[in-house]
Amino acid sequence: MAESVVVNHVSKTFTLQNARTLKQRFVRRSRSERVNPTFLALDDVTFTVQQGEAIGLMGLNGSGKSTLLKLISGVLRPDKGEVLTRGRIAGLIELGAGFHPQLSGRENIYLNAAILGMSEAEVNQKFDEIVAFAGINKFLDSPVGRYSSGMFARLGFSVAAMADSDIFIIDEVLAVGDPPFKKKCMARIREVRDEGRTIVYVSHNTTQVRKLCTRAIVLEEGRLSFDGAVADAVHHLRYDEDPSGDEDGEGGEI
Amino acid sequence: MTPAVGAVDRPDLGPLRPPGDTTGLFGVLKRRYLLKLLVQKELKVRYQASLLGLAWSYIKPLVRFSMYFFVLGVLLNLRDSIPLFALHIFSAMIMVTFFTDTLNAGTKSVVKNKSLVRKMNVPREMFPVASVTVTTYHAGPQLVILLIATVLLGWSPDPTAFVAAVLGISIMLTISLAVALAFSALNVTYRDVGNFVETIGMMVLWSAPQLYPWEFVADRLGPVGEQIYLANPVAMAVLLNQRAFWVPAVDSGETVMPDNLLMHGGIMLVCCLGLVGVAQLIFARLEHGFAEKM
Ligand SMILES: Nc1ncnc2c1ncn2[C@@H]1O[C@H](COP(=O)(O)OP(=O)(O)O)[C@@H](O)[C@H]1O
Ligand SMILES: [Mg+2]
Repeated sequence: MAESVVVNHVSKTFTLQNARTLKQRFVRRSRSERVNPTFLALDDVTFTVQQGEAIGLMGLNGSGKSTLLKLISGVLRPDKGEVLTRGRIAGLIELGAGFHPQLSGRENIYLNAAILGMSEAEVNQKFDEIVAFAGINKFLDSPVGRYSSGMFARLGFSVAAMADSDIFIIDEVLAVGDPPFKKKCMARIREVRDEGRTIVYVSHNTTQVRKLCTRAIVLEEGRLSFDGAVADAVHHLRYDEDPSGDEDGEGGEI
Repeated sequence: MTPAVGAVDRPDLGPLRPPGDTTGLFGVLKRRYLLKLLVQKELKVRYQASLLGLAWSYIKPLVRFSMYFFVLGVLLNLRDSIPLFALHIFSAMIMVTFFTDTLNAGTKSVVKNKSLVRKMNVPREMFPVASVTVTTYHAGPQLVILLIATVLLGWSPDPTAFVAAVLGISIMLTISLAVALAFSALNVTYRDVGNFVETIGMMVLWSAPQLYPWEFVADRLGPVGEQIYLANPVAMAVLLNQRAFWVPAVDSGETVMPDNLLMHGGIMLVCCLGLVGVAQLIFARLEHGFAEKM
Protein backbone atom coordinates (compact mmCIF):
# COMPACT_ATOMS: atom_id res chain seq x y z
CA MET A 1 0.00 0.00 0.00
CA ALA A 2 1.36 3.42 -0.93
CA GLU A 3 0.79 6.63 0.96
CA SER A 4 -0.33 9.44 -1.28
CA VAL A 5 -0.88 12.35 1.10
CA VAL A 6 0.62 12.53 4.57
CA VAL A 7 -0.44 15.35 6.86
CA ASN A 8 1.64 15.23 9.98
CA HIS A 9 0.80 17.42 13.01
CA VAL A 10 0.14 20.37 10.75
CA SER A 11 -0.72 23.81 12.11
CA LYS A 12 -1.31 26.97 10.15
CA THR A 13 -1.50 30.43 11.64
CA PHE A 14 -2.69 33.42 9.67
CA THR A 15 -1.70 36.97 10.31
CA LEU A 16 -4.92 38.93 10.42
CA GLN A 17 -3.67 42.44 10.01
CA ASN A 18 -0.44 43.08 8.27
CA ALA A 19 1.76 45.94 9.32
CA ARG A 20 2.67 46.75 5.79
CA THR A 21 5.08 49.58 6.25
CA LEU A 22 8.24 49.57 8.30
CA LYS A 23 6.94 52.51 10.29
CA GLN A 24 3.78 50.64 11.32
CA ARG A 25 5.93 47.75 12.48
CA PHE A 26 8.13 49.99 14.59
CA VAL A 27 5.17 51.76 16.13
CA ARG A 28 3.51 48.49 17.13
CA ARG A 29 6.72 47.07 18.45
CA SER A 30 7.53 50.13 20.54
CA ARG A 31 4.08 49.97 22.12
CA SER A 32 5.03 46.35 22.84
CA GLU A 33 1.95 45.16 21.02
CA ARG A 34 2.20 41.96 19.09
CA VAL A 35 3.45 43.02 15.69
CA ASN A 36 0.51 41.28 14.07
CA PRO A 37 -2.60 39.69 15.57
CA THR A 38 -2.89 36.07 14.47
CA PHE A 39 -5.49 33.37 13.93
CA LEU A 40 -4.98 29.64 14.21
CA ALA A 41 -6.73 28.19 11.13
CA LEU A 42 -5.41 24.63 11.46
CA ASP A 43 -4.46 23.11 14.75
CA ASP A 44 -2.32 19.97 14.87
CA VAL A 45 -4.04 18.09 12.05
CA THR A 46 -2.80 14.57 11.30
CA PHE A 47 -4.03 12.02 8.77
CA THR A 48 -2.79 9.86 5.92
CA VAL A 49 -4.41 9.14 2.57
CA GLN A 50 -3.48 6.06 0.58
CA GLN A 51 -3.02 6.17 -3.17
CA GLY A 52 -6.38 5.70 -4.85
CA GLU A 53 -8.50 6.65 -1.86
CA ALA A 54 -11.31 9.19 -2.26
CA ILE A 55 -11.58 11.41 0.80
CA GLY A 56 -14.45 13.75 1.58
CA LEU A 57 -13.33 16.78 3.54
CA MET A 58 -16.21 18.24 5.52
CA GLY A 59 -16.85 20.89 8.11
CA LEU A 60 -18.61 24.21 8.61
CA ASN A 61 -17.55 27.39 6.84
CA GLY A 62 -14.34 28.71 8.29
CA SER A 63 -13.30 25.37 9.74
CA GLY A 64 -10.12 25.31 7.65
CA LYS A 65 -11.00 23.06 4.70
CA SER A 66 -9.71 25.38 2.01
CA THR A 67 -6.61 26.11 4.03
CA LEU A 68 -5.92 22.39 4.27
CA LEU A 69 -6.38 21.92 0.52
CA LYS A 70 -3.99 24.78 -0.18
CA LEU A 71 -1.42 23.15 2.07
CA ILE A 72 -1.82 19.86 0.21
CA SER A 73 -1.54 21.56 -3.16
CA GLY A 74 1.57 23.43 -2.06
CA VAL A 75 0.16 26.93 -2.40
CA LEU A 76 0.53 27.44 1.35
CA ARG A 77 3.26 26.06 3.61
CA PRO A 78 2.58 24.77 7.13
CA ASP A 79 3.96 26.68 10.11
CA LYS A 80 4.34 23.49 12.12
CA GLY A 81 4.38 19.88 11.07
CA GLU A 82 4.78 18.64 7.53
CA VAL A 83 2.72 17.87 4.46
CA LEU A 84 4.07 15.23 2.08
CA THR A 85 2.60 14.13 -1.24
CA ARG A 86 3.46 11.68 -3.99
CA GLY A 87 3.08 12.39 -7.68
CA ARG A 88 1.47 15.21 -9.56
CA ILE A 89 -1.32 17.28 -8.07
CA ALA A 90 -4.10 18.91 -10.04
CA GLY A 91 -7.45 20.27 -9.13
CA LEU A 92 -9.44 23.34 -8.39
CA ILE A 93 -8.98 25.42 -5.29
CA GLU A 94 -11.31 28.00 -6.69
CA LEU A 95 -13.38 28.29 -9.83
CA GLY A 96 -11.40 29.68 -12.69
CA ALA A 97 -8.30 29.94 -10.55
CA GLY A 98 -5.43 31.24 -12.61
CA PHE A 99 -7.53 32.45 -15.52
CA HIS A 100 -6.64 35.83 -16.87
CA PRO A 101 -9.74 37.80 -17.90
CA GLN A 102 -7.99 39.51 -20.81
CA LEU A 103 -6.76 36.31 -22.41
CA SER A 104 -8.96 34.19 -24.66
CA GLY A 105 -10.33 30.81 -23.68
CA ARG A 106 -7.74 29.14 -25.86
CA GLU A 107 -4.81 31.04 -24.34
CA ASN A 108 -6.11 30.40 -20.84
CA ILE A 109 -6.37 26.67 -21.50
CA TYR A 110 -2.73 26.55 -22.55
CA LEU A 111 -1.54 28.70 -19.65
CA ASN A 112 -3.58 26.89 -17.03
CA ALA A 113 -2.54 23.48 -18.32
CA ALA A 114 1.12 24.51 -18.31
CA ILE A 115 0.78 25.67 -14.71
CA LEU A 116 -0.70 22.27 -13.86
CA GLY A 117 2.49 20.78 -15.27
CA MET A 118 1.37 19.67 -18.73
CA SER A 119 3.78 19.90 -21.63
CA GLU A 120 2.91 21.55 -24.91
CA ALA A 121 2.43 18.17 -26.62
CA GLU A 122 0.17 16.97 -23.84
CA VAL A 123 -2.07 20.04 -24.06
CA ASN A 124 -2.24 19.81 -27.86
CA GLN A 125 -3.33 16.23 -27.53
CA LYS A 126 -6.03 16.97 -24.95
CA PHE A 127 -7.12 20.35 -26.25
CA ASP A 128 -10.21 19.19 -28.14
CA GLU A 129 -11.33 17.05 -25.25
CA ILE A 130 -11.00 20.00 -22.86
CA VAL A 131 -12.97 22.30 -25.15
CA ALA A 132 -15.65 19.70 -25.77
CA PHE A 133 -16.09 18.99 -22.07
CA ALA A 134 -16.38 22.68 -21.27
CA GLY A 135 -18.72 23.24 -24.21
CA ILE A 136 -17.25 26.64 -25.04
CA ASN A 137 -16.50 25.98 -28.70
CA LYS A 138 -17.97 29.20 -30.04
CA PHE A 139 -16.28 31.38 -27.45
CA LEU A 140 -12.86 29.83 -27.65
CA ASP A 141 -11.26 33.00 -28.96
CA SER A 142 -13.07 35.61 -26.89
CA PRO A 143 -11.57 36.83 -23.61
CA VAL A 144 -12.73 34.78 -20.64
CA GLY A 145 -13.55 38.00 -18.84
CA ARG A 146 -16.66 38.07 -21.01
CA TYR A 147 -17.71 34.50 -20.21
CA SER A 148 -20.77 33.83 -18.10
CA SER A 149 -19.98 32.43 -14.68
CA GLY A 150 -21.21 29.04 -15.84
CA MET A 151 -18.83 28.97 -18.81
CA PHE A 152 -16.00 30.14 -16.60
CA ALA A 153 -16.73 27.35 -14.16
CA ARG A 154 -16.93 24.72 -16.90
CA LEU A 155 -13.65 25.74 -18.47
CA GLY A 156 -11.83 25.75 -15.14
CA PHE A 157 -13.09 22.34 -14.18
CA SER A 158 -12.42 20.96 -17.61
CA VAL A 159 -8.72 21.87 -17.68
CA ALA A 160 -8.14 20.60 -14.15
CA ALA A 161 -10.03 17.36 -14.77
CA MET A 162 -8.20 16.54 -18.00
CA ALA A 163 -4.75 17.18 -16.54
CA ASP A 164 -2.81 14.07 -15.74
CA SER A 165 -2.45 13.91 -12.01
CA ASP A 166 -2.03 11.40 -9.24
CA ILE A 167 -3.81 13.53 -6.67
CA PHE A 168 -6.97 15.42 -7.55
CA ILE A 169 -8.31 18.07 -5.20
CA ILE A 170 -11.58 19.94 -5.52
CA ASP A 171 -12.86 22.69 -3.28
CA GLU A 172 -16.62 23.23 -3.20
CA VAL A 173 -16.49 24.44 -6.76
CA LEU A 174 -19.36 22.37 -8.03
CA ALA A 175 -21.80 24.45 -6.01
CA VAL A 176 -21.87 26.76 -9.05
CA GLY A 177 -22.90 25.46 -12.44
CA ASP A 178 -26.19 24.08 -13.66
CA PRO A 179 -27.43 20.57 -12.82
CA PRO A 180 -26.45 18.95 -16.15
CA PHE A 181 -22.92 20.24 -15.80
CA LYS A 182 -22.70 19.12 -12.17
CA LYS A 183 -23.77 15.70 -13.28
CA LYS A 184 -21.06 15.64 -15.93
CA CYS A 185 -18.49 16.77 -13.39
CA MET A 186 -19.46 14.11 -10.89
CA ALA A 187 -19.20 11.50 -13.62
CA ARG A 188 -15.75 12.78 -14.52
CA ILE A 189 -14.63 12.78 -10.89
CA ARG A 190 -15.81 9.19 -10.57
CA GLU A 191 -13.74 8.31 -13.63
CA VAL A 192 -10.73 9.97 -12.04
CA ARG A 193 -11.34 7.94 -8.91
CA ASP A 194 -11.71 4.70 -10.87
CA GLU A 195 -8.38 5.35 -12.57
CA GLY A 196 -6.80 4.89 -9.16
CA ARG A 197 -6.02 8.52 -8.54
CA THR A 198 -6.28 9.97 -5.06
CA ILE A 199 -9.14 12.39 -4.52
CA VAL A 200 -9.64 14.98 -1.82
CA TYR A 201 -13.08 16.41 -2.23
CA VAL A 202 -14.52 19.31 -0.23
CA SER A 203 -18.29 19.51 -0.23
CA HIS A 204 -21.27 20.20 1.98
CA ASN A 205 -23.34 17.93 -0.16
CA THR A 206 -23.54 14.75 1.87
CA THR A 207 -25.11 12.75 -0.96
CA GLN A 208 -22.24 13.58 -3.29
CA VAL A 209 -19.69 12.75 -0.64
CA ARG A 210 -21.49 9.48 0.13
CA LYS A 211 -21.50 8.44 -3.50
CA LEU A 212 -17.97 9.46 -4.29
CA CYS A 213 -15.91 9.00 -1.19
CA THR A 214 -14.85 6.00 0.81
CA ARG A 215 -13.82 7.98 3.83
CA ALA A 216 -14.55 11.36 5.35
CA ILE A 217 -12.53 13.76 7.45
CA VAL A 218 -14.29 16.45 9.45
CA LEU A 219 -12.68 19.67 10.59
CA GLU A 220 -14.04 21.76 13.44
CA GLU A 221 -12.44 25.14 14.08
CA GLY A 222 -9.19 23.94 12.60
CA ARG A 223 -9.03 20.66 14.48
CA LEU A 224 -9.61 17.24 13.00
CA SER A 225 -12.66 16.01 14.86
CA PHE A 226 -13.55 12.93 12.85
CA ASP A 227 -11.88 10.52 10.46
CA GLY A 228 -13.80 7.51 9.26
CA ALA A 229 -16.79 6.22 7.31
CA VAL A 230 -18.82 8.82 5.41
CA ALA A 231 -22.13 7.86 7.02
CA ASP A 232 -20.65 8.33 10.48
CA ALA A 233 -19.17 11.66 9.46
CA VAL A 234 -22.56 12.93 8.37
CA HIS A 235 -23.92 11.83 11.70
CA HIS A 236 -21.00 13.43 13.51
CA LEU A 237 -21.66 16.72 11.75
CA ARG A 238 -25.36 16.33 12.60
CA TYR A 239 -26.15 17.26 9.00
CA ASP A 240 -28.66 14.39 9.02
CA GLU A 241 -30.74 15.98 11.79
CA ASP A 242 -31.62 19.07 9.83
CA PRO A 243 -33.73 18.19 6.83
CA SER A 244 -33.82 21.74 5.45
CA GLY A 245 -30.18 22.70 5.75
CA ASP A 246 -28.80 20.29 3.21
CA GLU A 247 -28.91 20.22 -0.55
CA ASP A 248 -29.44 16.48 -0.59
CA GLY A 249 -32.45 16.89 -2.84
CA GLU A 250 -30.37 18.36 -5.58
CA GLY A 251 -27.48 16.04 -5.02
CA GLY A 252 -29.84 13.10 -5.40
CA GLU A 253 -30.02 13.49 -9.13
CA ILE A 254 -26.43 12.62 -9.82
CA MET B 1 -7.00 3.21 11.42
CA THR B 2 -9.61 3.34 8.72
CA PRO B 3 -9.31 0.71 6.04
CA ALA B 4 -8.11 2.21 2.80
CA VAL B 5 -10.81 1.26 0.36
CA GLY B 6 -9.77 1.32 -3.25
CA ALA B 7 -6.13 1.89 -2.41
CA VAL B 8 -3.65 0.91 -5.08
CA ASP B 9 0.09 0.62 -5.15
CA ARG B 10 1.93 2.92 -7.53
CA PRO B 11 5.66 2.46 -7.13
CA ASP B 12 6.28 4.63 -10.19
CA LEU B 13 5.32 7.78 -8.33
CA GLY B 14 8.56 8.04 -6.43
CA PRO B 15 9.01 9.12 -2.84
CA LEU B 16 6.81 11.32 -0.71
CA ARG B 17 7.92 14.92 -0.74
CA PRO B 18 6.60 18.33 0.26
CA PRO B 19 4.26 19.73 -2.39
CA GLY B 20 5.12 22.99 -4.04
CA ASP B 21 8.14 23.76 -6.11
CA THR B 22 11.14 24.85 -4.11
CA THR B 23 13.76 24.43 -6.79
CA GLY B 24 13.91 28.19 -7.34
CA LEU B 25 15.61 29.50 -10.47
CA PHE B 26 16.53 25.97 -11.55
CA GLY B 27 12.87 25.07 -11.44
CA VAL B 28 12.16 28.00 -13.75
CA LEU B 29 14.76 26.73 -16.22
CA LYS B 30 13.11 23.32 -16.18
CA ARG B 31 9.73 24.79 -17.04
CA ARG B 32 10.64 26.99 -19.98
CA TYR B 33 7.35 26.30 -21.71
CA LEU B 34 5.41 27.82 -18.82
CA LEU B 35 7.85 30.74 -18.79
CA LYS B 36 7.21 31.32 -22.47
CA LEU B 37 3.44 31.38 -21.92
CA LEU B 38 3.78 33.80 -19.00
CA VAL B 39 5.92 36.11 -21.12
CA GLN B 40 3.37 35.98 -23.95
CA LYS B 41 0.61 36.71 -21.48
CA GLU B 42 2.47 39.70 -20.10
CA LEU B 43 3.11 41.12 -23.57
CA LYS B 44 -0.47 40.63 -24.63
CA VAL B 45 -1.98 42.09 -21.47
CA ARG B 46 0.37 45.06 -21.55
CA TYR B 47 -0.45 46.07 -25.09
CA GLN B 48 -4.10 45.10 -25.31
CA ALA B 49 -6.36 48.08 -26.02
CA SER B 50 -3.26 50.11 -26.78
CA LEU B 51 -3.30 51.84 -30.13
CA LEU B 52 0.40 51.79 -30.81
CA GLY B 53 1.13 48.55 -28.99
CA LEU B 54 4.70 47.43 -29.18
CA ALA B 55 5.65 50.65 -30.95
CA TRP B 56 5.64 52.29 -27.53
CA SER B 57 8.82 50.46 -26.70
CA TYR B 58 10.48 52.45 -29.50
CA ILE B 59 8.69 55.75 -29.05
CA LYS B 60 9.51 56.18 -25.39
CA PRO B 61 13.29 55.67 -25.72
CA LEU B 62 13.32 57.82 -28.85
CA VAL B 63 11.66 60.72 -27.08
CA ARG B 64 13.92 60.33 -24.06
CA PHE B 65 16.96 60.22 -26.31
CA SER B 66 15.87 63.36 -28.16
CA MET B 67 15.36 65.27 -24.92
CA TYR B 68 18.76 64.29 -23.57
CA PHE B 69 20.41 65.16 -26.84
CA PHE B 70 18.74 68.52 -27.12
CA VAL B 71 19.15 69.68 -23.52
CA LEU B 72 22.62 68.33 -22.84
CA GLY B 73 24.09 68.22 -26.31
CA VAL B 74 22.69 71.40 -27.74
CA LEU B 75 21.74 73.67 -24.83
CA LEU B 76 24.60 72.71 -22.51
CA ASN B 77 26.80 72.15 -25.54
CA LEU B 78 28.30 68.82 -24.44
CA ARG B 79 28.49 67.96 -28.13
CA ASP B 80 31.69 69.97 -28.33
CA SER B 81 33.55 68.18 -25.55
CA ILE B 82 32.28 64.63 -26.20
CA PRO B 83 32.89 63.12 -29.65
CA LEU B 84 29.87 61.35 -31.15
CA PHE B 85 27.79 62.57 -28.24
CA ALA B 86 24.61 60.93 -29.59
CA LEU B 87 26.26 57.52 -29.61
CA HIS B 88 27.66 58.16 -26.13
CA ILE B 89 24.15 58.77 -24.79
CA PHE B 90 22.45 56.01 -26.72
CA SER B 91 24.90 53.25 -25.81
CA ALA B 92 24.45 54.23 -22.16
CA MET B 93 20.71 54.80 -22.32
CA ILE B 94 20.02 51.24 -23.44
CA MET B 95 21.61 49.92 -20.27
CA VAL B 96 20.09 52.45 -17.90
CA THR B 97 16.62 51.96 -19.40
CA PHE B 98 16.96 48.21 -19.16
CA PHE B 99 17.79 48.49 -15.49
CA THR B 100 15.03 50.93 -14.56
CA ASP B 101 12.48 48.92 -16.57
CA THR B 102 13.28 45.66 -14.80
CA LEU B 103 13.42 47.53 -11.52
CA ASN B 104 9.90 48.90 -11.97
CA ALA B 105 8.21 45.95 -13.66
CA GLY B 106 10.16 43.30 -11.76
CA THR B 107 9.25 44.75 -8.38
CA LYS B 108 5.55 44.57 -9.22
CA SER B 109 5.77 41.17 -10.91
CA VAL B 110 4.66 38.95 -8.02
CA VAL B 111 1.95 41.27 -6.72
CA LYS B 112 0.54 41.70 -10.21
CA ASN B 113 0.13 37.95 -10.54
CA LYS B 114 -1.59 37.59 -7.22
CA SER B 115 -4.44 35.47 -8.52
CA LEU B 116 -1.93 32.88 -9.71
CA VAL B 117 0.21 33.07 -6.60
CA ARG B 118 -2.77 32.64 -4.28
CA LYS B 119 -4.48 29.80 -6.05
CA MET B 120 -2.07 27.83 -8.17
CA ASN B 121 1.13 26.05 -7.52
CA VAL B 122 3.65 27.85 -9.74
CA PRO B 123 7.35 28.23 -9.02
CA ARG B 124 7.07 31.86 -7.95
CA GLU B 125 10.47 32.80 -9.33
CA MET B 126 8.69 32.55 -12.69
CA PHE B 127 7.23 36.03 -12.27
CA PRO B 128 10.38 38.11 -11.81
CA VAL B 129 12.15 35.99 -14.44
CA ALA B 130 9.27 36.52 -16.89
CA SER B 131 9.44 40.23 -16.16
CA VAL B 132 13.16 40.41 -16.96
CA THR B 133 12.51 38.38 -20.11
CA VAL B 134 9.84 40.82 -21.26
CA THR B 135 12.25 43.72 -20.77
CA THR B 136 14.92 41.85 -22.70
CA TYR B 137 12.44 41.34 -25.49
CA HIS B 138 11.96 45.10 -25.64
CA ALA B 139 15.66 45.90 -25.39
CA GLY B 140 16.68 43.57 -28.22
CA PRO B 141 15.52 45.90 -31.03
CA GLN B 142 17.22 48.86 -29.32
CA LEU B 143 20.48 46.95 -29.40
CA VAL B 144 19.98 46.33 -33.11
CA ILE B 145 19.41 50.05 -33.68
CA LEU B 146 22.56 50.81 -31.71
CA LEU B 147 24.51 48.34 -33.81
CA ILE B 148 23.27 49.82 -37.08
CA ALA B 149 23.96 53.38 -35.93
CA THR B 150 27.45 52.45 -34.81
CA VAL B 151 28.27 50.74 -38.08
CA LEU B 152 27.02 53.75 -40.03
CA LEU B 153 29.18 56.05 -37.93
CA GLY B 154 32.29 54.02 -38.71
CA TRP B 155 32.58 51.28 -36.11
CA SER B 156 35.93 49.49 -36.16
CA PRO B 157 35.74 47.14 -33.20
CA ASP B 158 38.81 45.58 -31.63
CA PRO B 159 38.59 42.27 -29.72
CA THR B 160 38.27 44.22 -26.46
CA ALA B 161 35.07 45.75 -27.81
CA PHE B 162 33.45 42.33 -28.22
CA VAL B 163 34.50 41.15 -24.78
CA ALA B 164 33.23 44.43 -23.32
CA ALA B 165 29.85 44.00 -25.04
CA VAL B 166 29.39 40.46 -23.71
CA LEU B 167 30.51 41.45 -20.22
CA GLY B 168 28.30 44.55 -20.15
CA ILE B 169 25.19 42.69 -21.25
CA SER B 170 25.88 39.83 -18.83
CA ILE B 171 26.30 42.23 -15.92
CA MET B 172 23.08 43.99 -16.87
CA LEU B 173 21.09 40.74 -17.08
CA THR B 174 22.38 39.36 -13.78
CA ILE B 175 21.99 42.56 -11.76
CA SER B 176 18.48 43.04 -13.17
CA LEU B 177 17.53 39.49 -12.28
CA ALA B 178 18.91 39.89 -8.76
CA VAL B 179 17.05 43.15 -8.24
CA ALA B 180 13.78 41.83 -9.71
CA LEU B 181 13.92 38.72 -7.51
CA ALA B 182 14.69 40.51 -4.27
CA PHE B 183 12.34 43.47 -4.71
CA SER B 184 9.41 41.47 -6.05
CA ALA B 185 9.51 39.40 -2.86
CA LEU B 186 10.00 42.35 -0.51
CA ASN B 187 7.21 44.21 -2.26
CA VAL B 188 4.68 41.60 -1.11
CA THR B 189 5.36 42.39 2.52
CA TYR B 190 6.39 46.03 2.53
CA ARG B 191 4.69 48.91 0.82
CA ASP B 192 7.84 51.00 1.33
CA VAL B 193 9.47 49.11 -1.51
CA GLY B 194 7.59 51.12 -4.13
CA ASN B 195 9.09 54.40 -2.92
CA PHE B 196 12.49 52.86 -2.43
CA VAL B 197 12.49 51.60 -6.01
CA GLU B 198 11.55 55.03 -7.37
CA THR B 199 14.45 56.55 -5.47
CA ILE B 200 16.90 53.99 -6.81
CA GLY B 201 15.65 54.55 -10.35
CA MET B 202 16.35 58.26 -10.01
CA MET B 203 19.81 57.67 -8.54
CA VAL B 204 20.74 55.25 -11.30
CA LEU B 205 19.90 57.85 -13.92
CA TRP B 206 22.59 60.15 -12.53
CA SER B 207 25.14 57.70 -11.21
CA ALA B 208 26.15 56.20 -14.55
CA PRO B 209 28.14 58.06 -17.22
CA GLN B 210 25.18 58.58 -19.50
CA LEU B 211 24.50 62.31 -19.48
CA TYR B 212 28.13 63.21 -18.80
CA PRO B 213 31.36 61.41 -19.78
CA TRP B 214 33.53 59.21 -17.59
CA GLU B 215 36.27 61.78 -18.20
CA PHE B 216 34.52 64.19 -15.78
CA VAL B 217 34.40 61.50 -13.09
CA ALA B 218 38.07 60.63 -13.56
CA ASP B 219 39.02 64.32 -13.43
CA ARG B 220 37.00 65.37 -10.44
CA LEU B 221 36.43 62.44 -8.08
CA GLY B 222 39.96 61.27 -7.25
CA PRO B 223 41.05 57.62 -7.00
CA VAL B 224 38.84 56.65 -4.06
CA GLY B 225 35.75 58.31 -5.47
CA GLU B 226 36.46 56.64 -8.77
CA GLN B 227 36.49 53.18 -7.18
CA ILE B 228 33.23 53.87 -5.38
CA TYR B 229 31.72 55.07 -8.64
CA LEU B 230 32.86 51.90 -10.42
CA ALA B 231 31.33 49.70 -7.70
CA ASN B 232 27.91 50.49 -9.19
CA PRO B 233 26.98 47.61 -11.54
CA VAL B 234 24.90 49.87 -13.77
CA ALA B 235 27.77 52.33 -14.21
CA MET B 236 30.05 49.41 -15.02
CA ALA B 237 27.63 47.99 -17.59
CA VAL B 238 27.26 51.43 -19.17
CA LEU B 239 31.05 51.90 -19.42
CA LEU B 240 31.48 48.45 -20.96
CA ASN B 241 28.76 49.14 -23.51
CA GLN B 242 30.38 52.46 -24.38
CA ARG B 243 33.74 50.71 -24.68
CA ALA B 244 32.09 48.26 -27.07
CA PHE B 245 30.20 50.69 -29.30
CA TRP B 246 31.14 54.30 -28.72
CA VAL B 247 34.94 54.08 -28.28
CA PRO B 248 35.66 52.04 -31.46
CA ALA B 249 33.54 54.46 -33.48
CA VAL B 250 35.49 57.51 -32.31
CA ASP B 251 38.94 58.24 -33.72
CA SER B 252 41.38 56.92 -31.14
CA GLY B 253 42.86 59.16 -28.51
CA GLU B 254 39.73 61.21 -27.97
CA THR B 255 37.99 59.01 -25.42
CA VAL B 256 38.77 58.34 -21.78
CA MET B 257 37.86 55.00 -20.17
CA PRO B 258 38.78 53.58 -16.73
CA ASP B 259 42.01 51.57 -16.50
CA ASN B 260 41.65 47.79 -16.54
CA LEU B 261 38.01 48.06 -17.55
CA LEU B 262 37.67 44.40 -18.57
CA MET B 263 39.16 43.16 -15.32
CA HIS B 264 36.81 45.42 -13.33
CA GLY B 265 33.96 44.13 -15.47
CA GLY B 266 34.89 40.50 -14.85
CA ILE B 267 34.98 41.05 -11.09
CA MET B 268 31.66 42.87 -11.29
CA LEU B 269 30.05 39.98 -13.17
CA VAL B 270 31.17 37.53 -10.49
CA CYS B 271 29.76 39.85 -7.81
CA CYS B 272 26.45 40.14 -9.67
CA LEU B 273 26.19 36.36 -9.94
CA GLY B 274 26.71 36.28 -6.19
CA LEU B 275 23.94 38.85 -5.80
CA VAL B 276 21.59 36.61 -7.80
CA GLY B 277 22.34 33.89 -5.25
CA VAL B 278 21.61 36.25 -2.35
CA ALA B 279 18.41 37.46 -4.05
CA GLN B 280 17.30 33.85 -4.56
CA LEU B 281 17.83 33.20 -0.85
CA ILE B 282 15.77 36.26 0.09
CA PHE B 283 13.07 35.19 -2.34
CA ALA B 284 12.95 31.61 -1.06
CA ARG B 285 12.67 32.85 2.51
CA LEU B 286 9.84 35.28 1.84
CA GLU B 287 8.04 33.10 -0.69
CA HIS B 288 6.51 30.92 2.03
CA GLY B 289 4.27 33.78 3.05
CA PHE B 290 3.24 35.01 -0.40
CA ALA B 291 -0.10 33.24 -0.76
CA GLU B 292 -1.50 34.36 2.59
CA LYS B 293 -0.20 37.93 2.53
CA MET B 294 -1.85 39.00 -0.69
N1 LIG C 1 -4.97 34.47 3.92
C1 LIG C 1 -5.67 34.49 5.06
N2 LIG C 1 -5.42 35.45 5.98
C2 LIG C 1 -6.11 35.47 7.12
N3 LIG C 1 -7.05 34.58 7.48
C3 LIG C 1 -7.36 33.61 6.61
C4 LIG C 1 -6.68 33.50 5.36
N4 LIG C 1 -7.18 32.42 4.70
C5 LIG C 1 -8.12 31.90 5.52
N5 LIG C 1 -8.23 32.60 6.66
C6 LIG C 1 -9.11 32.29 7.79
O1 LIG C 1 -8.92 30.95 8.15
C7 LIG C 1 -10.17 30.35 8.51
C8 LIG C 1 -10.37 29.08 7.73
O2 LIG C 1 -10.65 29.41 6.39
P1 LIG C 1 -10.93 28.35 5.27
O3 LIG C 1 -9.84 27.35 5.25
O4 LIG C 1 -11.18 29.09 4.01
O5 LIG C 1 -12.27 27.66 5.76
P2 LIG C 1 -13.33 26.77 4.97
O6 LIG C 1 -12.78 26.50 3.60
O7 LIG C 1 -13.47 25.55 5.80
O8 LIG C 1 -14.59 27.56 4.92
C9 LIG C 1 -11.24 31.39 8.26
O9 LIG C 1 -11.60 31.96 9.49
C10 LIG C 1 -10.58 32.41 7.39
O10 LIG C 1 -11.07 33.68 7.65
MG1 LIG D 1 -13.54 27.05 1.74
